[in-house]
Amino acid sequence: MLQRSDSVNPDTSGLSSLGTGTVAAPMIFDPRTDIDPDKDYGTPAPTNDPTPVGELITLHIDGNEVRVPKGTSVLRAAAMADINIPKLCATDSLEAFGSCRLCLVQIEGRRGYPASCTTPAEEGMVVKTQNDKVAKLRRNIMEMYISDHPLDCLTCSANGDCELQDMAGVVGLRNVRYGYEGDNHLDAEKDESNPYFTFDPSKCIVCSRCVRACEETQGTFALTISSRGFESKVSAGQDQAFMDSECVSCGACVQACPTATLSEKSIIDKGQPEHSVITTCAYCGVGCAFKADMKGDEVVRMTPWKGGKANRGHSCVKGRFAFGYATHGDRITTPMIRDSIDEPWRKVSYEEAFSFAASRIKGIQKEFGRNSVGGITSSRCTNEETYLVQKLVRAAFGNNNVDTCARVCHSPTGFGLKATFGESAGTQTFDSVEKTDVMMVIGANPTDAHPVFGSRMKKRLREGAKLIVVDPRSIDLVSGPHVKANHHLQLLPGTNVAFINAMAHVIIDEGLESTTSIQERCDVESFEAWKAFISDKRHSPEETEKYSGIPAAELRAAARLYATAGNGAIYYGLGVTEHSQGSSMVMGIANLAMLTDNIGREGVGVNPLRGQNNVQGSCDMGSFPHELPGYRHISGDEVRTQFEKAWNVTLDPEPGYRITNMLDAAVEGTYKGLYVQGEDIAQSDPNTHHVEQALKNLDCLIVQDIFLNETAKFAHVFLPGSSFLEKDGTFTNAERRISPVRKVMEPLGGLSDWEVTLGLSKALGYEMNYNHPSEIMDEIASLTPTFERVSYERLDQEGSLQWPCNDETPNGTPIMHIEEYTRGKGNFALTEYVPTEEKVTKRFPMLLTTGRILSQYNVGAQTRRTENSSWHGEDVLEIHPHDAEDRGIVTGDKISLASRAGDTQLRALVTKRMQPGVVYTTFHHPESGANIITTDNSDWATNCPEYKVTAVQVNKVLNTEDASEWQAQFAAFTKEQLAYLDN
Amino acid sequence: MSSSSPNATPSKAVAVNAAHLSAITSHIDNNAQKPGPLLPILHDIQNDIGYIPDAAISEISKRLNLSRAEVHGVVSFYHHFSTKPRGRHIIEVCCAESCQALGGRDLQKHAKDKLGLDWYQTSKDGEITLEPVYCLGNCACSPAVRVGKQILGRVDNDDFDELIEELTTVPVTLMEGR
Repeated sequence: MLQRSDSVNPDTSGLSSLGTGTVAAPMIFDPRTDIDPDKDYGTPAPTNDPTPVGELITLHIDGNEVRVPKGTSVLRAAAMADINIPKLCATDSLEAFGSCRLCLVQIEGRRGYPASCTTPAEEGMVVKTQNDKVAKLRRNIMEMYISDHPLDCLTCSANGDCELQDMAGVVGLRNVRYGYEGDNHLDAEKDESNPYFTFDPSKCIVCSRCVRACEETQGTFALTISSRGFESKVSAGQDQAFMDSECVSCGACVQACPTATLSEKSIIDKGQPEHSVITTCAYCGVGCAFKADMKGDEVVRMTPWKGGKANRGHSCVKGRFAFGYATHGDRITTPMIRDSIDEPWRKVSYEEAFSFAASRIKGIQKEFGRNSVGGITSSRCTNEETYLVQKLVRAAFGNNNVDTCARVCHSPTGFGLKATFGESAGTQTFDSVEKTDVMMVIGANPTDAHPVFGSRMKKRLREGAKLIVVDPRSIDLVSGPHVKANHHLQLLPGTNVAFINAMAHVIIDEGLESTTSIQERCDVESFEAWKAFISDKRHSPEETEKYSGIPAAELRAAARLYATAGNGAIYYGLGVTEHSQGSSMVMGIANLAMLTDNIGREGVGVNPLRGQNNVQGSCDMGSFPHELPGYRHISGDEVRTQFEKAWNVTLDPEPGYRITNMLDAAVEGTYKGLYVQGEDIAQSDPNTHHVEQALKNLDCLIVQDIFLNETAKFAHVFLPGSSFLEKDGTFTNAERRISPVRKVMEPLGGLSDWEVTLGLSKALGYEMNYNHPSEIMDEIASLTPTFERVSYERLDQEGSLQWPCNDETPNGTPIMHIEEYTRGKGNFALTEYVPTEEKVTKRFPMLLTTGRILSQYNVGAQTRRTENSSWHGEDVLEIHPHDAEDRGIVTGDKISLASRAGDTQLRALVTKRMQPGVVYTTFHHPESGANIITTDNSDWATNCPEYKVTAVQVNKVLNTEDASEWQAQFAAFTKEQLAYLDN
Repeated sequence: MSSSSPNATPSKAVAVNAAHLSAITSHIDNNAQKPGPLLPILHDIQNDIGYIPDAAISEISKRLNLSRAEVHGVVSFYHHFSTKPRGRHIIEVCCAESCQALGGRDLQKHAKDKLGLDWYQTSKDGEITLEPVYCLGNCACSPAVRVGKQILGRVDNDDFDELIEELTTVPVTLMEGR
């Protein structure tokens, strides 16, 4: 945890020095590091930029000299000197509002009693925060609040965490002269429609903090104050229940509420927490910092931590509320084994499970060769656990058959960015968006898949940044409250590279490129070759329009905007990578950023939005068959020798199998053993038929997971996994930020994941000795140059660190490629557009693209076991009204969805979000079988599957009793496998 | 909570007919380019179809890139806007200081008794809606009442009855030669 300094007065201890440690560096006040994240300063910092001490202004508050940045409110200035003026409607996550009038003060030379929250501090100001007159005014105000507030403090859910109660105490309220007989709101009805929190208007003081949080923090604008005067009340939507409104249940309003009006149901049930532990969310790649609020070893609430550098105090419905899966009854907490998958499971000790697994693996290797087994690491597990699994495969299995689920999401990012910039990672921090002038969002849906960052984007858009959305669907960012894309380039799935080439073509064609930065920073030879390539007419928007569907004029306008509007930042997701040309597209994006000098400073860059919490980390940790930790090729003698020495083994210099190779070899019958940690390839990987066939062919499938997931139904050994609450470790988010994950409860299965891997490795005859994950990190740091200075001690001090973190950059690297690219000169790669082989035909006339939605996460193993299913109980097929009408489909109809790979059935949702000819679904529910439909097409460079383009046919199902053949089989198989558990 | 405000209770969704919907769309189109277009749009809709249907709020919010809640906040703030269909005649009785001083309270009570309506209620036959208003700028001739666009001064109880008589009497024309 961050140390709380007693004084944040900038002329004493709270100063940090920017720069690289030279003595001459100016003393700087940095609002992001020189404050205590656990204190509420009442109003936000006027700027998040550091201010040189010389530019601070000085004022006197109650006789104390206080120095603050210009624009700081008197309320905040006082709080910085630890003079805590009473307040109700003010909180430092929201702009000052000035409605409660509790924070009024006296300022020398000014008339009246101004509210300190809305009064900016000025040089030489003399402020008195307390005297008899002010005290009386404050008491009178509190008296009025309390005259319409229940006096049930002792039995109130907010008892102990109520600012109204605190303020009544602070102002010394002793009686209420008005009585309680008059009109009041004490009988106002509760709204308990949201599964996670209750809205009790009888306790509301109408401070508007919830309304403002929904607007300023979350950007959804679902709340308002309806009516006026005495009738004023908080209203969701048009005086509706929260669940019937646009509320996305991010929890910002609950966080902002100073009373019990908006309270977590878990707190109402269980009471206030007695201690808290700061940890990192295990959902998406934003990597939000949370306080796990605890009672004993029970998590009663997760609250976003203001000190979190990725989320800055915000959260979404998943991280904030959907943690109940960790203690769900479906958790399997005992190791189990069986000889074949048509036998019941036998519960055994860890020792027995390890030796069973080890003897099978060894037997397989004896019979089928060393390369007949392998492992898959998880992007949901910690860096340390992932590192151990790849180490086990390389050292104990003796081959390089290790891959990770990043294969199926962001492997093209690693490849494409390495080839152009020289490092397989995003270039920016999330904070960087605050300096962005134009953002281009390609194939990403941040408001659903990376909601906390989506909110930060929307905030910047409301400040005036421009927006280009490139997506086949009308995602929420295209148009919504106070957000409207300047250009929505609605391309056809599969034509990404044509689009990005056309963008570059326009920039060259119209002379908008940044010649100086190209000459100075890029490999000029590669640029000249690329320029000749891209200038060809076939890349012009007028040509590409014919197959991408993007009108040439619109594309030209978007290209001009991106190239000329100032700081341009590209944010992209799986809509870029999960294509047959995923790697080309990533390189095309990198080209575009280099071309326009949008790399190497705040506000610009290439930002892959990572799907899972530790996609970046699992890739960093050497999960790919050809790369050791730190993206270094296994065939490199120097690096390999270093690892051989440290691990005391001989390593195979040849790259091993990728997931796709493993599955193909398993179908062929030459690959027989697989250790899968925390991934569900049976649900998440494309072409389920093929995956299932492969899994059935294995002689030893070892699954380590918290639930009996779809893959585990094909397993011979089940090793209980532990949730993020049950272990220590680190996750690395999309901005390369290594954040600590802290154990708040004992593992339900007795062992943390890293301990299970150690046990298995020992049984295989390769003993690894670690007493704590910190020792694993120490080993990683000693072997990986980009992690050199990372340690648990440093993470505890800093909160989090962004790699590269080494001797040159001991505090980490927020922005990459500042002086020069990691590879030296930026490399322009040729990106010829090659249409996917997946084409619409008479039989399959539509294109299916897949994605996710806000309330569910990935395969849904976690979120389906929470109340999040109240929002999304099943996967549906989104279809445009024209296509629906042609087929006689209305919303709610059962439809069949078929591709050349398979067919399944879903319910339809008719919506204009889609363009005609394109349909969309999610893969959060296994029985939907979205991946029955997807094919085994994949990226040319990395084998990342082409989830985003499948030719399909959609038809209305007339006899709703009929399930698809696969769904019937799936249901029967699931029933059978669940029965094998009951023994 | 008391329910004297027109929008205090959640309004049940009133189905909007196609003619209304196209009127709403055209009022939005006509004003969307103005700076601060929300109030002009709301006025035009209410003047045209008599109230602001729920569906109008979704349409406006989509077109102006606002949220439904924001538009609802504005509509519910101004008592002038109604979210429910109102009578053919809107009678507004002034309740501000000057009118109160000159017998306005008695007139208010009389109006409610005469019509059997409380504020913001509409007679069963859909003819008359009774609303309070706070100052019509006609203080010199208090107490004042407004019907549609017409402002009446020095209204006493008998004048009020006469007014109601007039509003509810439909002249019948006899056809000659029958």
